Amino acid sequence: MADDLHLFALRGEPADAGPAAALAELAEGSNAAAARLEPGDDPRALLPWIGTLRLIEIGFPKFRDGRGYSQAQILREMGFAGELRAVGDINPDQLQFLLRVGFDSVAADAPLDPALVSRTLARYAHVYMGAADGRAPAFTERGRAAG
Amino acid sequence: MYQYDAIDQAIVDARVAEFREQVERRLAGTLSEDDFKPLRLMNGLYLQLHAYMLRVAVPYGTLSSVQLRMLAHIARRYDRGYGHFTTRQNIQYNWIKLEECPDLLADLARVEMHAFQTSGNCIRNISSDQFAGAAADELADPRPYAELLRQWSTLHPEFSFLPRKFKIAVIASETDRAAIQLHDIGLQLRRGEDGALGFRVYVGGGMGRTPVIAKVVREWLPMADYLSYMDAILRVYNRHGRRDNIYKARIKILVNDLGIEAFAAEAEAEWAHLKPLGRDAPEAELARIIAQFKAPALVAEAEALDLSEPDFALWLARNTHAHKVPGHRIVTISLKPVGGIPGDASAEQMELVAELADKFSHSEIRVTHSQNLVLADVRSADLKALWQALAAAGLGSANIDRASDVIACPGLDYCTLANARSIPVAQEIAARLAPVEAELGELKIKVSGCINGCGHHHAGHIGVLGVDRKGAENYQLLLGGSGAEDASLAKILGPGFDADGIVSAVENVTKAYLALRSDPSERFLDTWRRLGADPFKEAVYGG
Repeated sequence: MADDLHLFALRGEPADAGPAAALAELAEGSNAAAARLEPGDDPRALLPWIGTLRLIEIGFPKFRDGRGYSQAQILREMGFAGELRAVGDINPDQLQFLLRVGFDSVAADAPLDPALVSRTLARYAHVYMGAADGRAPAFTERGRAAG
Repeated sequence: MYQYDAIDQAIVDARVAEFREQVERRLAGTLSEDDFKPLRLMNGLYLQLHAYMLRVAVPYGTLSSVQLRMLAHIARRYDRGYGHFTTRQNIQYNWIKLEECPDLLADLARVEMHAFQTSGNCIRNISSDQFAGAAADELADPRPYAELLRQWSTLHPEFSFLPRKFKIAVIASETDRAAIQLHDIGLQLRRGEDGALGFRVYVGGGMGRTPVIAKVVREWLPMADYLSYMDAILRVYNRHGRRDNIYKARIKILVNDLGIEAFAAEAEAEWAHLKPLGRDAPEAELARIIAQFKAPALVAEAEALDLSEPDFALWLARNTHAHKVPGHRIVTISLKPVGGIPGDASAEQMELVAELADKFSHSEIRVTHSQNLVLADVRSADLKALWQALAAAGLGSANIDRASDVIACPGLDYCTLANARSIPVAQEIAARLAPVEAELGELKIKVSGCINGCGHHHAGHIGVLGVDRKGAENYQLLLGGSGAEDASLAKILGPGFDADGIVSAVENVTKAYLALRSDPSERFLDTWRRLGADPFKEAVYGG
């Protein structure tokens, strides 16, 4: 299945920012354009580089470990405008959540079926709560309809 | 009650389509059971000992008669003609076929129901006071605030893969009928110094392997900001809750490890980031929801009851509570007939209750965490007719909060987690104590078939915990728990018993109580609190 997806964009095009540096490497003066967070890392530790990094990879060693969703959401709240990439054990059914908390791309351990990916991303026409993707929550839609 | 608009309906319909596709992938073999498991769990579908079990959400325990009729239809069409009401105000079906599950969910969606997040490591169904909207002692109906939480938590992108499950309960009176201090978050509606509504927030309560009573994390939370504050607590938990050990993954462990002050400081710091982001619903949205919970127009009148029939008088005394409008009562329908399975209702019984709700209680029904049903707005003048109809269908047990109103989990008869049977022990205790329950007064007995505690044994005045002891079912006896506003955790009295022995031990505790109480108005729980374990140990284990 040559067309199955390993690295793909949820929106835009995946960046090629070179190898990603761990937090410790950045602290030691690495000038990499890409950084890598593991689930236990504090995303706020990236504050000094938030304006210069082009890509931040967030690791999902096990898809059940949901810390990466908070890390992504926090990085967007900090104003990170580069690419956020979810890397690791990613299932198609997670993609809608990844997109909502601010991820742009996915590098999945196991390839995903492109048809399923596009269906999943288009599944929910409405959302109940605000998140990093900026979609209007139901209460905002209702306010507009009533307004 | 709340009615879906096009947005709510579209979300539930999309979920049905999503789950249908997941089941198709599973049946076609392109999705492994390992990968399917967390997906089906997010949708309330468990694989049990004999079949799939589906847990359907009953948000804050409120149902319309139309919805209850659909639950009866589902019992008949997809199960074996009955359903099981649970300790979190939901309903479970124990004999579900995977391939039929998508159609079942589509049927539910037609009456604005779903199974979103009724299991899995996510925010579960929001529970509340079963007397909401009718209780004489409430500040306001708590359900609109629970409904807003239901929406906020549904498919929350940041909090769908938490360390462990997460349960929230909301009440609006000083009397706690929803056990909020035994929830991950408990919200108590209160008025602030300026008279505005807000919440006292409890965090870190729970039962299971490590029972903990929740602590107050914030005395006063303004209503306008409560969703962003929930986001803050959940974010601290999602980032810092333990994920290395399933038994230490609940928020109660994090709160205990950090200490409540440090936890509160973390939550406040996170809230400072979140509050300005516009995550809170505008006042208009809350007003929109509140308007849908408008109380029925009841006319206050003098109550004139004919108590000449003793069985009716007894049922009236046991199964009805004061209503905020004079001349009306809140009626609890017992699903605990002696010899029955606690919380079970047949399709026919559900249809009858739906019909009685249409006739006598403005077409609304509540599910209680004690696994009973409530008609909240009954005219006192209609009580006799209601009681006669219930009694004729085997729903007339006059035992609310009495010894035979036992809470029990499904136990080893159904559940893969269980170590011991719960249902037969509950039935035997109820049968043994029913003849003397009038004398025993308020007595809450709760039976769990394993340490996970779905039968709430930690919160029982008398709790029974089934364990596996060298391959045999063994039952521990716990005393002194309460899930009410005077929350306390039951303590193990001594060595465990076999199935017959535990029933006699419970009976001996009740005999000792009758001999020890200061006067008939002193409840078992209060006698226990006054005297401690020793006299009960002596009664159960000998001197």
